[in-house]
Amino acid sequence: MAAASDHQSLDPASGLTSGLWSALVRLIDVPMRGVQALIGQRNMPYMFLLPNLAFFGLFVFVPLVIDVWFSVTGGSALFLGQRPYVGNQQYGYLFDCGSYLNPSSCREDHFWRGVQNTLVFTFFQVTMMVLFSLLTALVLNMKIRGRGFFRAVFFFPVLLSPVVVALIWKWILQRDGLLNAGLTSLGGQKILFFVDPSWAMFWAIFVSIWAHMGFYTLILLAGLQAIPADLYEAAEMDATPVSRVLWRITLPLLWPNLLVVLVLSLIKAVQTFDEVFVLTGGGPGSATLLIVQYIYETAFANQVQNFGLASAASVVLGVVLFVLTLIQLALTQRSKNA
Amino acid sequence: MKLRTLGCAGVFALTMSMTQLAVAQTQLRMTWYSDGNEGEVITDIIRKFEAKNPDIRVTIDQVPFKAINETLPVQLAAGEGPDMARVVDLGGVSRYMLDLRPFLKDPGYWEKNFGPFLIWMREPGNTTAIPGYMTQLTVTGPFVNKTLFEQAGVALPGDKASWDDWAKAAKQVADKVQAPFPIAIDRSGHRFLGMAISEGAKIFDAKGEPAVIDDGFKRAVEMVVGWHTSGVMSKELWGSVSGATYRGANDEFKNAQVALYMSGSWQIAQFDKTIGNAFDWVAVPNPCGPGACTGMPGGAALVAIKTTKNPQAVARVMEYLSSEEVLAEFDGRALFVPGHLGLSAKGVDYPNASPLAKAALGVFGKEVGKISPAAYQLQGYTYNRIIFNAVMSRVGQVVAGESKVDEAYKRIESDIAQQIAERKK
Repeated sequence: MAAASDHQSLDPASGLTSGLWSALVRLIDVPMRGVQALIGQRNMPYMFLLPNLAFFGLFVFVPLVIDVWFSVTGGSALFLGQRPYVGNQQYGYLFDCGSYLNPSSCREDHFWRGVQNTLVFTFFQVTMMVLFSLLTALVLNMKIRGRGFFRAVFFFPVLLSPVVVALIWKWILQRDGLLNAGLTSLGGQKILFFVDPSWAMFWAIFVSIWAHMGFYTLILLAGLQAIPADLYEAAEMDATPVSRVLWRITLPLLWPNLLVVLVLSLIKAVQTFDEVFVLTGGGPGSATLLIVQYIYETAFANQVQNFGLASAASVVLGVVLFVLTLIQLALTQRSKNA
Repeated sequence: MKLRTLGCAGVFALTMSMTQLAVAQTQLRMTWYSDGNEGEVITDIIRKFEAKNPDIRVTIDQVPFKAINETLPVQLAAGEGPDMARVVDLGGVSRYMLDLRPFLKDPGYWEKNFGPFLIWMREPGNTTAIPGYMTQLTVTGPFVNKTLFEQAGVALPGDKASWDDWAKAAKQVADKVQAPFPIAIDRSGHRFLGMAISEGAKIFDAKGEPAVIDDGFKRAVEMVVGWHTSGVMSKELWGSVSGATYRGANDEFKNAQVALYMSGSWQIAQFDKTIGNAFDWVAVPNPCGPGACTGMPGGAALVAIKTTKNPQAVARVMEYLSSEEVLAEFDGRALFVPGHLGLSAKGVDYPNASPLAKAALGVFGKEVGKISPAAYQLQGYTYNRIIFNAVMSRVGQVVAGESKVDEAYKRIESDIAQQIAERKK
């Protein structure tokens, strides 16, 4: 009786929704037909892409063009019309080096220190990130007790703001922080992590991995769960060793996801700024100064806000990221073809 | 009866709203940063101004210090700045300041009381503009944790002591009481250059152009770098961050980890509030060198911004805030050394200050009279922050061990020359 009454009460609402939907479709349909008559059916897909392209153009393409334009101007004025054209002078300043391996021989030594640090940071951060994300995903894919809880725990740092992450770790790592308190309570000596260049870089990489690993773990976990279970069952029936299962079944089938993780983490690592800036301030000296921090400081932190030089550096960074994206596309294509 | 009451209430509400419309309010925005309690004090004072001037409403945007030097200049360049702002890089933003002279009732009062400091706010070549007034005059100088000295049984070096005398004494104290920072100096070119001038640095050549590297400057750099290797200073301050990033040691001083802290008079209010009775702290005169016994002058000014649409209203607010009576209240409650010559001569009453804070204000007040001409010249130089940042950035690299002093000297010169050239393009 109750079910019949629910059925009766749902029907009118459902009818109303469907009526409203039909009216809405008709409302959109009329102008769309007019547009189609005007531009032809073949061009209609572009019509649907237009809103997205407009947003992309306004917020990505236009700033990109402005950035390139800034990079060929000099002075400290903000408006392009007031900035003198200097050609490739800013790029000349960036690449004016005795030896690219020795930043001290470069006119913009901080830029090249930033490049070197970013390379070191990216290499270790990406390698460790992919490795730990993979191991974590493999463990979280197993039938272990509290699996849901652990998945949430590993994903939780992703939800935090990078500034919050850096401040938490700064509190842990500073002279009178939690870690040093632990060390001294065990009879050890305090370690000044932010004074030693190697420690500072280590913690910058560690904190960055801690903050972002959950996201990549999630991608790999999704990939692992998409691998058909019957392949593992067949391997089990054949008594295939676990290592062989990993190399012959899991990793080959997880390769598309691994590729996504590799390229996304690579691009993200090259762009890293906020968490390392808050954690180490780029120090000691310039041991953890990354290229984006150089761009920020050149543009905003000095009395003469050198937007031209900062823009030139960001164009160089953009080119690097573009190349990385092309590599991603090529690898993805090859993976699909394989 | 009820209907009549409702009707009366309706008529009253309508009349009130009409009255509000009749007194059209001019809305002004003021960007303000605080080191201590001055944000609360200025808010109180502005509320009093609004009560007396119902046609003007001032909204105070409280921002961090970093925003004043990094975000505000971009806002100003874009023409999107506030009507008034409290700034410290006076030369750097002087081109965006409004000359209040045509809108002031008595420009003579401003010249008489703020004259020496107006020079800091003017664009090069301008000798008459009145863009604002000093909310506080600051002097750099050392604070000493007297309790640590007493616990260590080390006497405080006298008024004419050198930096070497203080370094030896502070190291003895720190070793005896296990304090991690014998001497801590704010990671700031402004702080360091006062010391350098005491050591004999001239900073400018005869034509008034920057010539930072000389024997006095080198002596100061080598002294500070040597302190980092001998343990008088910890690398945690100057060596732990990059570029010209500011790093203060006020928290370390408040936690009794520092024997001598080189900072400035603006710290008094927060030390008075946060240290309380935890330990005795004193301000001491700037140590002496072959050149002088000087700190650096400085301070924050409240200035009018050129793009304001209501210059007359801005002038009325500024006239009120800069009046002797209001400034006396402001400086007295915020524990500031006044940047008003009349008040300086009369003296400011600090009713809420502890005896320690009053003594420190007295010491810094005397330090004003000892500031060297080179320090005033540097503070008045339009591009002084270029010099401060170049020095801090390069000496910081030496302290961190990634550069040698000779390379740092070359870099300081080239950084300054390049940035000034860029600014003049």
